[in-house]
Formats: sequence, structure tokens, C-alpha cells
Amino acid sequence: MASEVHAEMITSIQASAKQAFLDAYAAIEGQDVAPLIRRLRQAGIASFDDLGFPGARDEDWKFTNLGPVLRHTYQTAAADYGLGWAEVPGITVVPLAWAVAERPDLVEPYLGRVADHRVWPLVALNTAFLTDGLLIHVPAGVVVEQPVRFSTGTNGPGAWHRRVLVIVESGAQLTLVEEHHSQPGDGTLTTKVTEIVVGANAHVDHYVLQDESLDAFYLATLAVQMARDSRFSTHYFGLGGALARHEVRVRFTGENSEATVNGLYQASGTQHFDNHTVIDHAVPHCNSHELYKGILDGKSRGVFRGKIDVRKDAQKTDAKQTNQTLLLSDDATINTKPQLEIFADDVKCTHGATVGQLDEQQLFYLQSRGIGQAQARALLTFAFANDLIGRVRVPALRRSLEERYLQTHHLPATEDE
Amino acid sequence: MLEIKNLHARVEEKEILRGIDLTILPGEVHAIMGPNGSGKSTLAGVLAGREDYEVTQGEVLFQGKNLLELDIEERAREGVFLAFQYPVEIPGVTNTYFLRAALNAIRKHRGQAELDAGQFLKLVKEKTKLVKLSDELLKRPVNEGFSGGEKKRNEIFQMALLEPNFCILDETDSGLDIDALRIVADGVNALRDGKRSMLVITHYQRLLNYIVPDKVHVLAGGRIVKSGGKELALELEAGGYVGVGGAR
Repeated sequence: MASEVHAEMITSIQASAKQAFLDAYAAIEGQDVAPLIRRLRQAGIASFDDLGFPGARDEDWKFTNLGPVLRHTYQTAAADYGLGWAEVPGITVVPLAWAVAERPDLVEPYLGRVADHRVWPLVALNTAFLTDGLLIHVPAGVVVEQPVRFSTGTNGPGAWHRRVLVIVESGAQLTLVEEHHSQPGDGTLTTKVTEIVVGANAHVDHYVLQDESLDAFYLATLAVQMARDSRFSTHYFGLGGALARHEVRVRFTGENSEATVNGLYQASGTQHFDNHTVIDHAVPHCNSHELYKGILDGKSRGVFRGKIDVRKDAQKTDAKQTNQTLLLSDDATINTKPQLEIFADDVKCTHGATVGQLDEQQLFYLQSRGIGQAQARALLTFAFANDLIGRVRVPALRRSLEERYLQTHHLPATEDE
Repeated sequence: MLEIKNLHARVEEKEILRGIDLTILPGEVHAIMGPNGSGKSTLAGVLAGREDYEVTQGEVLFQGKNLLELDIEERAREGVFLAFQYPVEIPGVTNTYFLRAALNAIRKHRGQAELDAGQFLKLVKEKTKLVKLSDELLKRPVNEGFSGGEKKRNEIFQMALLEPNFCILDETDSGLDIDALRIVADGVNALRDGKRSMLVITHYQRLLNYIVPDKVHVLAGGRIVKSGGKELALELEAGGYVGVGGAR
């Protein structure tokens, strides 16, 4: 009985939250926006109306209850996205609304087509409120040595619907760094959709630092489409958020491509981190490597769901997935689940999940050299994280992440050794 | 320096040390020899504070303090150093970062100022010469991807850096070829200064050709069954452990 009442309550929270967003949409419906944006908004709201918020019965959301997010009401935040970025010669980095108006030929083939609003409810919601965002366009053959970095912040409460479109044409190379912050006390909701198009022979390295405040809700989807002979890597570093869901959806559309999907998150208190990945091996001869690591302390919760689809024609697929979780407290929990759906017969797919505590032998070794128990534990926790930090190929970002994690664990800075 | 009196210890229900008495004076190097399973590594572990062992009887005084009451890190800060038989790999932490944290914890305990990165590096340069450890190995994660010899050299390097009063060398010779053994032994000998004491645990006499002990003890069945000078090691080499009283 009790659980039925509970389920009903959740359903009614979802229904009223859905209505609130439909009302918020009605308020912006009459805005004077470019035809493409209007079309996408209309399609987005129709899908959202149809799909609603995902609930416990939705297999993809089984361990993440959106109740705490939907209990609040949100004003739609202004079109000022708080986007800041550095000018980089040779490529285009412009507001998305400007690009839609001035370069529809460039934007239209991709915007709203890599991230599918028809099936993913939060992409539908984000698309319904599409106003502005960021376009990054790297023309064919252009190699950008310097990383392109942008950051977002908030200047008040509300729902922030952020959108980023990245088009890297054939033979081009780009390193992209996203940073997301918010003001404590604002209790913001962020929905974020990043669409990345990796052209033939192109190479993209992508990094996300999610450093939202501890009362913020972060619901992000990264959707990537990879043409033949391309390489893509994404590295997610999750630190903030009361509830943070980071979805990565990579689709191979051309042969001989390689994707690396990595993530590291650190949770304490009552934080809830959900990492959801889907790698779609739609074509033969592609490799994917996935490594997610979580550090859970306090009463925090972690969810990892890693889906690998190997379709019937995707022979010679090589897919590897690893999920490792460090539980630092008895009250922290993790739900981890690999999901491999393999329809081709000549493939190599491996997955592994480990959940554990700090290694006693390593602790003893550190303590036997005079390092106190608390510091030894902190050092080993840092070491667990550093495995992923060390893979960051942007030196400034790697150093700042290193320092950030050392600080979090009250460890001395490395300085230059 | 170290006084062990009637030490008994067990792992789970199994009694391994059955009444060890041993006194080591400042500057002395003692060797403990014995067959596999005689309790050699257990003794090393108990002295360093390994929690797998339960001391059921006896006491250990280290520089007048009750050693068994101290935490693992307190023993290290007081000057006990264990060179591991199997040094532990710690991916994700560089050797230098680890050792600076260790040295500063010890210096703090001794009332000395902590070293900054520059001062630390200078000290490291000086000490690495002792065991011919390359800069490249120092920048790598602790023991990760090190060869057996490099791991053992790293242990002796740490010993040189942390300047303990009492060193336990647990089968430091195991897995070393003759050249690596010589380097390690030279490093150890350079640290013999007339004040620092050492307990060298080994299965084979070979190591004692290079690190010549003041005293040799034979451990069998959890007790010291014979003690003598360095010549005792040669007797054992000739006759094996079978001839020694009490060995099974």
C-alpha cells in the first residue's frame, strides 16, 4: 500500500511539473525567433508533451528519481546564457541564434538531428526552450592546436536550457573544454544538450568539468555522431550538483573510427550522480573504450548504466567498458549495470565492474613510511581519481584538476617537481 | 635500541611466533635466518605494525618506548623502517609526491621544518646516487612498472631519505641478480654509521657476504634456536637448517 501511495505521489509531482513546463512554453511561444528555432521548439514541446518526465518504470531511469528536481518550480532563465569563450583564429565560435539566422545552411543539417528529441525526454524539453547557445565550427582540414574553452554560470534561480552544437569537418582537429558553474543558493535546474559532429578523418577531444553548486540540478546529454576514420574522446569530471545526470550517446556512422568515453565523479553528502552511456556500433570496424570511476562518500548515491549496441552488420567491433567505484562510507550506494546487446558474431566486447574500498596493503605501505592514516586514505583516493585526471591532454586543465582534487582531500599541492 | 621479550603472535588461530627474545644495541646489524614458515616475515610485520597479526604475549621496547602500543605511522616517525619483501605498487601517486609527504610527516614529528619542493629535490638528488635510481623512476607512480631490482632499490632509497634509527630488511635479496644485490648491499652498507641498527631477514647466506652482520640468529618454529657471530651463517650454508637444533 505504502509504495503505491508513494508511486502515486511521484506521478502527481511529475504531472504537475510537466504542466508547469508546458505553461512556461506557452509564455515563450509567441517570441519572434528564427524559423528553424521555431520549428525545433514546436517539435520539442510536442515530443515532451508526448513523453513527459521519465519515471521509475522507465528502464533508463530506474535508479534516478527526478522527484527532488520536479518538486520545485522554475522560471525560464533569460536568453543570456552566461557563455564566455576565447577567440580562436581559423574557426567560428558564435552564439547559436546568430548562426541560425546567418548560416542556416551550416546549422540546419545537424541542429536537433544528432540529439533525438523524439525519444529522449530531456532532450525534448531542452529543444522546446531552445533560444540561443553556442556554435563551434571547424572547417575541413583546420587543425586547432589551442583548446577552445567555454564556461557557463548562472546569475539567479530558474531553469537554464543550454545548447551547444559542434561541427568538426573532415580532417579537422579540435580540443574543446566545457566548464559549468552555478551560484550556491539558487537551486538552478540546467538542461544541457551538446551535439558534436565528427567528420571523416577528424579528431575531437572533449572535456567537461561539471562544477555546479551543491543545490543545483544538472541534466545533460552529449550526443556524438562519428563519420569514418574519425577519433573522438570525451572526459567528464563531475564534482557538483545535488543531482547530476550526465548522458553520453555516441553513434558510429562510418567505419574505422575510435571513441573513448571516460568519466570521473566524486560525491559526498546526499549527492546523486547518474552516468548513462550508450555506444551505438552501427557500422563495422569501430573501437570504443569506456572507463568510469566514482568516489562515493557520506550518503551519496551513484548510478552507472553503460549500454553497448553492436548491430548486425557491425563486424570486427572492439568495445571495452570498465566501471570502478570506491565506496568510502557504509551509507554510500552504487547501482552499476552494463548492458551489451550484440547482434554481430565477429566482435570483441568486454565489460567489468568493481566496487570496493581502499586497498589495505597500499594503506599499510604509506603508513609504514610515516604518513598518517587520514592522509594515507586521502592520498589513495586521490590516486584512484588521478588515473583519469592523468589522461587529460590539456596541461592547464590537468594541473587545475589535480590541484582541485588534492585540495578536496586536504593534500599538499604538487608544485613543480 | 630494540628489546624483544618473550614475543608471541598469531594469525587468526595459528600461533606463529612462540616466544622471541632479542636485543639489538645501537649500531648493530643482526641477521635472522630460517627456513620458510619459520616466522621471519611475521616478526618483521609485527615490528612494523601490520594488523594481520595479533600479539598474544610479550613486549617490544624501542628506544625505551612500548613499540606495540604505537600506530603504524607513529612507529615510522619514531624511526622504524621496514624494507618490504614485496614493495607495494601505488598507481596514481608519483614516487616524489609520496616521499615528500612521508619525509615531511617524519620531520614534523621530529620538530623539524617541512621541506619545500626545491629543498626536497636537492636532498633526493643526493640520496639517489646511493642506489643509482634514475630521475625517471622518481617521477613514475610508486613502484608501478618497476622491475624487481628497481623496487628493492627504491626501498633502500627511501631508507636513505627517511633516515630511520632502526631498519628491518625483509628478504631484500629475494629476486635480485648478483649486480642488483651488490647495488642494494652497497646502499645498505653506506647507511651503517655506528648508530643505526638493522635487522636483516634472509633465507640465504648469500646476502650476508655483502651485508656482514654482527650477530646471526636462526629462527625455527617461531623461536630463536641458535645465535652466534657471522660465522654461523656459513655453517648454515654448509649444513642447511636441518642440523640446527629445534628446526623441523
